[in-house]
Amino acid sequence: MFLLEYEGKEIFRKYGIPIPKGFVIEKGKSLSLDLVREAGLELPIVLKGQYLMGGRGKAGAVKIVRSESELDQAVKNIFSLSIKGSYPEYILVEEFVEHEKELYLSALVSKPDRAVTILASPYGGVDVEELARREGALLKLDVDPSIGVSNHHLRLISKFLVGKFDKPLMELIRSLYNAVINDDLLLAEINPLAMLDGEYKALDSKVIVDDNSIFRRDLEKFYEYKKFLTWGEKMAREYGFSYVPLGGDIGIIGNGAGLTMATLDLVAYYGAKPANFLDVGGGASAERIEKALEVLVKEIKPKKIFINIFAGITRCDEVAKGIVAAVDNLNLPKEMFVIRLTGTLEDVGKKILEERGFKVYIDMDEAAMEVAKNV
Amino acid sequence: MSSGRGIKGFVGDELKLLVQGITGRQGSFHTEQMLKYGTEIVAGVTPGKGGMEVHGVPVYDTVYEAVKETGANASIIFVPAPYAYDAALEAIEARLSPIVIITEGIPAHDTLKIVNIARKYNIRIVGPNTPGFIIPGYTKVGIMPNQYFKPGPVSIVSRSGTLTYEISWSILKQGIGQRLVLGCGGDYVIGTNFIDALEFLRDDEQTEVIVVVGEIGGDDEERMARYYMETNYPKPVIGYVAGKTAPEGKRMGHAGAIISGGTGTAESKIKSFKEAGIEVAYRPSEVAEIVRRLLRR
Repeated sequence: MFLLEYEGKEIFRKYGIPIPKGFVIEKGKSLSLDLVREAGLELPIVLKGQYLMGGRGKAGAVKIVRSESELDQAVKNIFSLSIKGSYPEYILVEEFVEHEKELYLSALVSKPDRAVTILASPYGGVDVEELARREGALLKLDVDPSIGVSNHHLRLISKFLVGKFDKPLMELIRSLYNAVINDDLLLAEINPLAMLDGEYKALDSKVIVDDNSIFRRDLEKFYEYKKFLTWGEKMAREYGFSYVPLGGDIGIIGNGAGLTMATLDLVAYYGAKPANFLDVGGGASAERIEKALEVLVKEIKPKKIFINIFAGITRCDEVAKGIVAAVDNLNLPKEMFVIRLTGTLEDVGKKILEERGFKVYIDMDEAAMEVAKNV
Repeated sequence: MSSGRGIKGFVGDELKLLVQGITGRQGSFHTEQMLKYGTEIVAGVTPGKGGMEVHGVPVYDTVYEAVKETGANASIIFVPAPYAYDAALEAIEARLSPIVIITEGIPAHDTLKIVNIARKYNIRIVGPNTPGFIIPGYTKVGIMPNQYFKPGPVSIVSRSGTLTYEISWSILKQGIGQRLVLGCGGDYVIGTNFIDALEFLRDDEQTEVIVVVGEIGGDDEERMARYYMETNYPKPVIGYVAGKTAPEGKRMGHAGAIISGGTGTAESKIKSFKEAGIEVAYRPSEVAEIVRRLLRR
């Protein structure tokens, strides 16, 4: 789960990483100089639109405000700036931080290295991909989390960044590492990290929290969890299936993430557009199948629905019962379905569906070709 | 970890399996299925349930006791995510290997620690979030349905579950069986990846063709392709990648299946396969067609 900049900075603050003074205003609220002063800030200030995706600077959603007369218009402008169709719901209002140098620092879970990797560069404000391409610009250090970060790591990084063992910087790096470990972060990036007179401030944050940590972290407080949910996505969360709307014609239900993705791809291969990804997961009950169908019919409104089940721990009879229940309760035409069902209790499931006049396919290609026809 | 012993370097000489979380619904069901397949399960563990039996398998409170009494040397873990870290450490401390972690939803930092500790003791971790593995005709340490697997020359390594059964079955329908079918797992951090698997399959005499079933997210496929090319891999590999229609920034079911910042796309993976000389299948059933062609030499 991606965090907004200000949410990431709250985590930084918790771990003692210095951040600029600031506060957040919600959409619909206006910003006066009094409000700015109440928060202990003076002009100039920086207004920063809070988006989940990058590209904010280029879009003009970061604005330095130097006089009271610019304030109102700047706020309105940022709230009306969309990036890839998303408008900000918050603006972070911050002190303008004078600095002499910008650094880059991040800590992340590295899949290929199976480590917590620390990346550092004396050239802040530049994308890490770009830094990686520049010879000698980026230091990459893999820390074994079963051992932890040691002073020698901190000395090495500090020397690379500022040419000496700088205590405040070394403590900041340790704090960032601790934040990643203790808050289940997959990424914590500070870019740029501002430097002035031996002091540091994290001017920006990019933080990703591990969704799998939900049983031990309060993830529900974060913007991405709260805001981006359609009714269907809430149902998916409640009934335990994975669902991503995509916008095509063919509604898709599969079991298993890989098989469901492959089903979407196959429908596209035969020339039709999948409307969604919906993986009912392993061992789906009739109820879960029924709810999944309800989500598709009500939210996606597909022209046809392709159900592709390769049953291992899932049982074909449960799937068949779920389909029949949805068809009855929602009054759905049989013609809209193409059903492929094979595996555990295939015969029972097939019988239930055939008695109700459905054709049941065994072969995935045949079924995909059929569903892609005439849409 | 590959010791030049092929698949024996992976499973050891004589597998005596321990089931952690054996009294749960999943653990108990799959214990029965594995027993039916002929897997030698010598013990189960559920803290607080010591003294019970599940399908004739004795249950112990701790791994320590189970190993002492039965000589178990490998483990499969069905313990729920919040307790999986502790269960895995218990298995590592008893020096069991491989340790197959079926559990879905384990935090990446827990897995990271498990994998790094296991590495120090030369212990192999498979998963998490994996269907496990099957060596048809010999053993099954996993949850795949038994009927889609027969002994043969094709090894399959995959990041998914049901899609792997689908592909195994379509190969079987061509009259061709499998040597090893290994689920690497759908999580972000995993203990055994494609390169690790190719490494021990390199000198496995019975594997003639390898199928790699990848998906969007991360760069395991790209790295495998580079490894294949740079090490002059001696066997043909067929690649399939799921998620060609997946959008950026959305998690497609698996924790690891997400395209972010333009990396992890199916396009990039397919391109790297082609550049490495790995044959690409665009439909699951096409995998079987290519396998048949390659074996007909």
